[in-house]
Amino acid sequence: MDVRSRNHVTVTGRTGGPVVVLAHGFGCDQNMWRLVVPALEREFTVVLFDHVGSGNSAQSAWSRERYSSLDGYVDDVLELCREIALGPVTFVGHSVSGMMGVLAATREPEAFAGLVLLAPSPCFVDDPDTGYRGGFSAEDIDELLESLDANYLGWSGAMAPVIMGNPDRPELGAELTNSFCRTDPEIARVFARVTFLSDNRADLASVAVPTLVAQCSSDPIAPPEVGAFVHAQIPGSRLVTLNATGHCPQLSAPEETAAAITAFVGTAG
Amino acid sequence: MREAGGAAESGDRGEDRRPADEEALFSALLEDSAEELYEHAPCGYLTTLMDGQIVKVNSTLLDWLGYERGKLVGRKRFSELLTVGGRLYHETHFAPLLRMQGEISAIALELKTADGSRLPVMVTSRVKTGSDGQPLLIRTTILDARDRRAYEVELLRARQEADQERDRLKLLNSTLQKTLLPPALANVPGLDVAAYYHIASVEEVGGDFYDLFPLAAGTWGLFLGDVCGKGAAAAAVTSLARYTLRAAAVYDPDPAAVLTNLNTVLNHEYNGTDPRFCTVIFGLLTPDADRGGFRITLASGGHPPALLMRADGTADYLPTPGGQLIGVLPDADIATTTVHLAVGDTLLLHTDGLTEAHTNAGSEGRYGDDALLAFGRALAPTTASAVIGAVRDLLDTFGSGVDDDTAVLAVHVPRPTADEPR
Repeated sequence: MDVRSRNHVTVTGRTGGPVVVLAHGFGCDQNMWRLVVPALEREFTVVLFDHVGSGNSAQSAWSRERYSSLDGYVDDVLELCREIALGPVTFVGHSVSGMMGVLAATREPEAFAGLVLLAPSPCFVDDPDTGYRGGFSAEDIDELLESLDANYLGWSGAMAPVIMGNPDRPELGAELTNSFCRTDPEIARVFARVTFLSDNRADLASVAVPTLVAQCSSDPIAPPEVGAFVHAQIPGSRLVTLNATGHCPQLSAPEETAAAITAFVGTAG
Repeated sequence: MREAGGAAESGDRGEDRRPADEEALFSALLEDSAEELYEHAPCGYLTTLMDGQIVKVNSTLLDWLGYERGKLVGRKRFSELLTVGGRLYHETHFAPLLRMQGEISAIALELKTADGSRLPVMVTSRVKTGSDGQPLLIRTTILDARDRRAYEVELLRARQEADQERDRLKLLNSTLQKTLLPPALANVPGLDVAAYYHIASVEEVGGDFYDLFPLAAGTWGLFLGDVCGKGAAAAAVTSLARYTLRAAAVYDPDPAAVLTNLNTVLNHEYNGTDPRFCTVIFGLLTPDADRGGFRITLASGGHPPALLMRADGTADYLPTPGGQLIGVLPDADIATTTVHLAVGDTLLLHTDGLTEAHTNAGSEGRYGDDALLAFGRALAPTTASAVIGAVRDLLDTFGSGVDDDTAVLAVHVPRPTADEPR
């Protein structure tokens, strides 16, 4: 399938400018970037996309086998870079997508001018053997899956036709409370497991492209010591701590986030 | 006092109500100020800064949580009141959606109370913006959802149970389906055989069937058929048809006689209000001592014709016109044809699930007999496994366009190897 429709790719901004690819994390879609795009598109070619299974991606392209690990997503990112961009791109990966960037840049470093890891965590689960603290236990992740279940009640009956773009029942669209970030609960469960149970600590040292680690000053999901760990493991990486709070600085502090990305592209490109 | 109560009293002159009751009602109404309503509303109220810092909370919520105001206001963020899983959900779903939409409603979360217990709640939040549109505060309403959550858990459990039941049914169906097909095709000396069964729906057992089996004196019987309908009733007919065909072929291997026997059995079994019928093609394979290869006599009762792909690269249907559906009429006409299968020839039997398949899911266009003939001509000369493989690939390209079960059976006469003379 064509990458552009599979990943619902949107290209905007300055034609011929440095290419910045924005990759959303678990829980939402490319709408996550709506507040930073206006600032970035003045200077850059901005590429937005939805991971397969999220947003307006082609649901038919999703399979449990392909997307039960980060590798399927990494394949998609590399295909997208080859398809969309003529040269190396700056890949901005939020949360779990930061690790997709790490793996993609390790596999094909020539495709990347730089990586921006926004609120990244290479491993959410604590590892007592090495003293690594990701902040969560495996039981906590199960609890998240319960939260997902509790909030998807009735999804299959009423919401599935809308999400699948069923043209026969347009009236269902009006019933939707949340117009963004809709996901099939089954896909959300698999993506949640990939996001929160992957361990990519060992992959960080292989990154050989310029990297910016941008963490938030108070992030309940990726605490400062995790950002510091990522910075310490990636050779030559830079670390900035944004004043932004929460796990989504592109929403809570869009100007600051856009400025950090812009400054980095200026030095890395 | 009397002035203030005037409106409340207007429809009732108050003649049968004692003054003391009136006084109590008036003072209760007076005390129900906006502040009182906020503090003791039947739901929890919470106001936070945009970063989640709690700046205002009502008494109802404090009571539910068992906290004193000073422990929360200016001290905790909203997400810190949540369970860890809830906090992950809050950061990945709730907070981003609230930022993007300005509001989010009826999200199921659990709050942690001061004593460590959990309170299931439904949370609705809205962002208050300043006159310039800048977000200022988040206002949150929290409803006690203990009963509702228990009910939802019950619903969820029922749905999971239904899912499991459906899986069990699928397993049962596929097991039943397998029992209607031979576990492995018989090994015929001097002949390659291959077959494939495509299940269109795991929800229901289909009615296609085939078999290949030894008969007396070096001859072999084979059949492939399609019972009308689906589900358990069709499966019962399929089972009856299979065993009848095998037994009838032992009694009299003449293909027309075999199908006539099946027709009689179906007519006896399903007479009256519940007629059951099928289409079948039955073949009797006899090694041809004079010319090499095999002779095959095919009898058809309303079944799509077999496709012969020859060693010389040509391909044609072997028509059996006039053969009638098996099980409908007391005396069905059976049409027969006999051909020689030479070295390199391949014969393909199929059910109409293949030719009736939609070439694009959802489209009106069906694959059709002409397309299958062209497919055979493009493939010839071929082998049993090659043609079955090609049909599988073809069905894959149709995807969900294959809306009926499809069975295919192919026989091929290979060139004899040096150490295995005919």
